[in-house]
Formats: sequence, structure tokens, C-alpha cells
Amino acid sequence: MTLTIERPSTKPAASRIDKRAPWEEPPTTVGQAAKGLTLGGVLAVVIVPLWIIVVTSLSTPAAINRAGGLVIWPDGLTLEPYREMLGDPTVRTALLVSLGITLVGTAVSMVVSVLCAYGLSRPRSLGHRVILILLVVTMFVSGGLIPTFLVVTDLGGYDQWWSLILPSAVSVFNILVLRSFYSSTSTDLIDAARMDGAGEWRILWSIVLPTSRAVTAVITLFYAVGYWNAFFNVMLYLPTDAQKWPLQYVLLTFVNRGNGMPGSVNAGFGTGQAQTAPLSLQMAVVVLTLVPLLIVYPFMQKHFRTGVLTGAIKG
Amino acid sequence: MTTPKLSTGRPPRLSWRVRLRRDRSLLLMAVPAVVLLVVFNYAPLFGLVTAFQEYDPLVGVWHSDWVGFAQFRALFGDPLFWQAMGNTLYLSFVQLVLFFPIPIALALLLNSVLSERLRNVIQSVVYLPHFFSWVLAITIFQQMLGGAGVLNQFLRTHDIGTWDIMTNPSTFALLVTSQAIWKEAGWSIIVFLAALAAINTDLYEAAAADGAGRLRRLWHITLPGLRGVIVLMLVLRLGNALSVGFEQFLIQRDAVGHDAADVLDTFSFYYGITTNNYSYGAAAGLFKSVISLVLIWGANKLAHAFGEDGLYRR
Repeated sequence: MTLTIERPSTKPAASRIDKRAPWEEPPTTVGQAAKGLTLGGVLAVVIVPLWIIVVTSLSTPAAINRAGGLVIWPDGLTLEPYREMLGDPTVRTALLVSLGITLVGTAVSMVVSVLCAYGLSRPRSLGHRVILILLVVTMFVSGGLIPTFLVVTDLGGYDQWWSLILPSAVSVFNILVLRSFYSSTSTDLIDAARMDGAGEWRILWSIVLPTSRAVTAVITLFYAVGYWNAFFNVMLYLPTDAQKWPLQYVLLTFVNRGNGMPGSVNAGFGTGQAQTAPLSLQMAVVVLTLVPLLIVYPFMQKHFRTGVLTGAIKG
Repeated sequence: MTTPKLSTGRPPRLSWRVRLRRDRSLLLMAVPAVVLLVVFNYAPLFGLVTAFQEYDPLVGVWHSDWVGFAQFRALFGDPLFWQAMGNTLYLSFVQLVLFFPIPIALALLLNSVLSERLRNVIQSVVYLPHFFSWVLAITIFQQMLGGAGVLNQFLRTHDIGTWDIMTNPSTFALLVTSQAIWKEAGWSIIVFLAALAAINTDLYEAAAADGAGRLRRLWHITLPGLRGVIVLMLVLRLGNALSVGFEQFLIQRDAVGHDAADVLDTFSFYYGITTNNYSYGAAAGLFKSVISLVLIWGANKLAHAFGEDGLYRR
């Protein structure tokens, strides 16, 4: 008996034919031009700011002076701002903290979520309905900011890194997405493995996980982005100790709170004295917060076009 | 090979002991998530009782004095609270009107692009800002539109004067809405694209054969096909009407002042945590949660009245 492993519903939604149907009206020039302009504008709104920031981060002080601030056309490029940034103790620590929180947090979240999602995905298992309700209720009612803050601080979470991870480690939405995939894993395959004496852990590890790589990748990205981007938890639980700040908080403090006045950021990186951080250095920090995303994104974006998310949204 | 046994109806019901032995590893797998949710989601629910206390961090929730509804009375007499409430509703309304139609229009536009490669490129680009943090998104806005940003750089070199958008309280609603659109509108098209892909293309062909032009096909086929998703998204939007981008306001509050930027969530934070007035902030939070539940329930009722499922079925 042979079994084919099916990837549960990750097939692209109804692939379209790349040409105009014969019954469709021919396009009008005005219509095509308007469409092109609109889409071009939409793309430009995202790409141009990123371009300007990257170019400025690579610009020499002279180029920035000539441009009177941000640099739009490359005009004297240098890697000096990046060398300076990576030599700065505050940024280096923050980068390590951010990477650490993201890696550890994502690992914790994924283990907890995958286990829970699989544990609740088997039909007619004992108590899965009750637990599911317990989970879903938290999507609609929450204690809110202050009671959560009190619980975390009562547990000793103030000034501790775990307070950036554990309170936000479980996303019920992500568990539901995973669960809906695991539920649709071929039951023949699972039953066959069970006949062969495989336990639930083994089934999860050798059958369910390998057949749902796309959704695992997407959910991992969601968690990782959440940890990488978090700054409010830092404001709440670790506001005082700059040595423990992740990158986003450094960005907020040194770049954003300069409030649009390049050259007036009055906190020298790590030196503790009032000193100006040059604009190119500020922009280099902005780029640094973007780099991990830009590394991972090209591998991930194809999954967003498949049915990974849409199937779970109405669930 | 044997023919599979034809079973009729459900399998015989096993006693819970047998099922417990059979499913114990499944239950064990769910334990870590359940523990985390109990500690960090259910315990805070219990912690909402602080809204009826004068919470003292030194003695904790068990020994703080009970004050009944005094916190709520103080809250409802606080002009700052009503200002935050007003701002929340106003900003939510502006976002609903200006933001909501954009992903639908963008999805329709994208769907009409014939080249699959071009569609993929556009999708990848417009999804990207969704993954930026609010700190990053606002920093980008600041560098483009702020006092020393690209826009003002241009205005200054051409002697047109300056236009500071980032610190102007009177245009704050438009600013935060455009930020929300910039960051999230692209990502929001995902559900609409999926709904568009699910519409049967034969319908369009038949309609075209009957002489229906582009607009009539849009009106009679596309929009009805999107109706379910549009209603669902509206329900979610209304249910979240009291939670307008917390982090977004927190970051920009200093720049535009609390008159324009305080919403219910930031109110809880600034008048609860930073002033150690925990019970007061908890009362504001509880008030917000109760109203939000009512809103979700009401929005669903509305969806059912339109014959749609909404968030949950009847």
C-alpha cells in the first residue's frame, strides 16, 4: 500500500490564466494609464521612503550637508555610519538583546503553540472542546493593561527579560491557524502510523510537522516579527535599565524622540553625555531594525499568496 | 486487501477513563499553552477586581480596601477621561471612513492586473509595512513629513515655508489614519483577494454574454461576492472601535500633546501605571472592555440582520 503525502490546502487559490478572457472588453488607454499611475503610486509610497533612508544611512557628512538633511540621490557614499554604529556599545547590546529575545521567544512560542494546536486537533479527543473554548474566550475578554501589569510584576517580572516573552508567548489566533491545518492532515496517514505503533508525539514530529511546513514557517515569522517589533512591553517592564533595552526601544529613544530634528538628538549613543548623533548614524539604526526582516521576507512572501492564512480567518 | 468495514453512526462512546488513558499525551501537549493563558490572561481577569478597590501595591489585591464604584464615579467625573473617550470614538470613526474602503479598492485593482508576476511583486511590496514596528513606521513618517523631513526640506529650499504635520494636533486624526493606511492597508487586502479568487468566473462570462458592462459586472457579481468578507471585516472593526492603535498613539503623544492623542488605552497607561493609580486605570480598562463586548455583540446582531454570519453564527 502506498500513501501520498498531501500538503493540506496550501495550493494557490484558483490559478488564473495570464491573459484577457475573449468576452472581456478591450482596455481603454485612459483606464490603463489610471491603473498604472495608481499602482505605481502605491509602490512608490512604500519604496521611496525606504530608499531615502537607506541612501542617507550610507551618505557621507558632506553629502548630507549638501542635501540639507535626508539624501535622495546617492552623492558620496560611505560605510562609516555602519562601522560607527556597530562599534557603539548601546547599539551592540541592544542588537544582542533583540536577537536573544526574538530567538528564545519564538522558540518558546512555537513549541507551546505547535503542541497545543496538535493536542487539540484530533477529533473526539477528551476535553479538547473545553480547552478550545478556554482559548477562544481570551480573544474576546481580557483583563487589560493594568491587571496584566500587576500579575507580571507580582510574579517578579519587573526588570526581567522573561516579562518580554512569557506574557505574550501564546497567540490564540496563531494556535487556531495551526490547528486548522493539523486537523486537515490526512487521517489515513495518521491512522496508518498509529497502526504501526506510533504515539502522538511521534505522529506530530514525523507526520504532521513535515506535511505542514508552510504554515509552520508563516507562524514562526509572525511570532518572530512580534518579538522583534515589541517595544511597549519594554516601556512597561524594563523602562529604566538601558543595558537591557532591545533595538526598537533604542530606536524610539535616540531617533524618534529626537522628534524630527536631525542633529539635535541629545543623547550620545552610550556615552551618557549630551552629544549629537549624526543623521546617517540615526538612519543606520533604522536600517538595522529592518535588516532581519528583509533577509527573511523574500523566502516568506510566497506563502502569503497561498491559502495559509485565508482558510483560518473565518474559523 | 480487505474491504473496509462499514460503520454506521458514531463509534461507541468510551468511558472517560479509557479516553483519558488514550488521550493523555494530547492533553499533556495542551498544558503549557493553557498554563500560560491561565497565568497571563485569566489571572488578570480576576485582577479586574482592583477596579473596585483602592489598590495598594504594598499589600496586594487580597488586602486592599474595597471602595465599590468610587473609581467609576471619579472616572465619569473626569474631563480627561471623556476627552480620551471622545478622541477614541472620533479617531475610530475617521479610520473607519477613510481606511476601510481602501483595501477593497486595492484588492479590486490588483485583481484586475493580468500579469501574475506583476501582481506578485505588488503584493510583496504592499504587505511589507505590516511587518514593521510602529516605532519604525512612525520614524519613517517623521523622516518624510516631520519638521526636518524630506517634505519640509523641499519646502524650505524652495522658500515656501514649512508645514509641520507631525506635531499639529488639529490634523492628528488624518496623520494617524494615513499612518495606519500606509502600514496596514496593504496587508488587509489578503482576505479580499481570497474572496475575489473564490468568485466563479463563469458568472462574469455569462453576464458579459447578456450584455453587462464592466460596472454592472462589478455591481452585480463582484460586490455581492465580497459581501460576506466585507461584513465580517466591518464587524471586527466595530468590535475593536475602542482599541485604536495603542502603540501608535503612545509614541506620538509627546509630539502632539495629550489633548489630541489620548485614547482610552493610553489613558489607562498614563493615569493608571505612570501615576501608580492602578485602580483608576483598571476601572477605565474594565469600562472599555465591557463596552467593547457590547459592541462586538451589537455588530454581530447587525451582521445577522443583513443575513451574514458575522463573527459567529446564530
